Amino acid sequence: MHRLVVTLAIAFLSVPVHAIDAGQAFEDPEMQARYESIISEVRCLVCQNQTIRDSNVFLASDLRREIRRMLEEGLTDAEIADFLVARYGDFVLYRPRMSGKTLILWVAPLLLLGFGGIVVVRVLRRRMSMPIDDESDQAAV
Amino acid sequence: MSRFLLPIIVFAVMIPVFIIGLGRDKSELPSPLLNKKSPQFELPSLQEPDVTVGSADYAGDITLVNVWATWCAGCRTEHGYLMNLAARGEVPIFGLNWRDQRTPALSWLRQLGDPYVKTAYDEDGRVGIDWGVYGAPETFLLAADGTVLYKHISPMNEQVWTEEFLPRIQAARGSK
Repeated sequence: MHRLVVTLAIAFLSVPVHAIDAGQAFEDPEMQARYESIISEVRCLVCQNQTIRDSNVFLASDLRREIRRMLEEGLTDAEIADFLVARYGDFVLYRPRMSGKTLILWVAPLLLLGFGGIVVVRVLRRRMSMPIDDESDQAAV
Repeated sequence: MSRFLLPIIVFAVMIPVFIIGLGRDKSELPSPLLNKKSPQFELPSLQEPDVTVGSADYAGDITLVNVWATWCAGCRTEHGYLMNLAARGEVPIFGLNWRDQRTPALSWLRQLGDPYVKTAYDEDGRVGIDWGVYGAPETFLLAADGTVLYKHISPMNEQVWTEEFLPRIQAARGSK
């Protein structure tokens, strides 16, 4: 019983540990906002369904460090994205850019929507051109 | 008839797409460095902190650059094979000790043997980022002019060597 109480006390009183360097990186709130928006859009390649903002593997923290350095050096967001894509490929960005290789990702939803639209219109047209058979319904009743 | 034909055609098209999609290992990404010049770098040597090791050291020859670390289990798996490859002397192997600590890295080489001509010590991972490294072990095959011919992620072994590396090395040597 004693041991259980102690164990529970330890479990509930322990403070969650944040290994991620999530603190303020920049004094300037505008820079901080840019930094946060960039790291929320970059994929951690070790843990591929996390952004480098959410991951604490060292590759993510290395990339955060590099992004902080580039922001300090005055690079634009696009230049930082170029830096990452040149090293890790399109997959590193959660929102891949429009290019020959990623075009299908961007166009496929529109194509599918268009295809669905055509099917719906065709089905509706055919149904509209059918004779309305109220009388035969009533006759059957 | 045509109302059944269309779904069957759609089905017939989708199945191969799914089979190909499921069979692909999505965790292994193609390197954007392929067929480009490998990034230049200068780092301290693992063995001698005052000595600089860099891309200039392997210029002019077909080379392997192997990214390893003592925390990486796959690196231990492939180490014996790298020793074997180094003994055969077909291509020089350069080591990039990535995000590691000197003391364990040096004792690893002492205990398991050192297959590398030289080893660069990338303590903070900056060169690793330039090379697009994300999971050790990674092995790059470089042409004599430094162009990246191939990148292999996960441990090296004889099968990978004969199927992926040898044909590319022969092609690179033959075209000279």
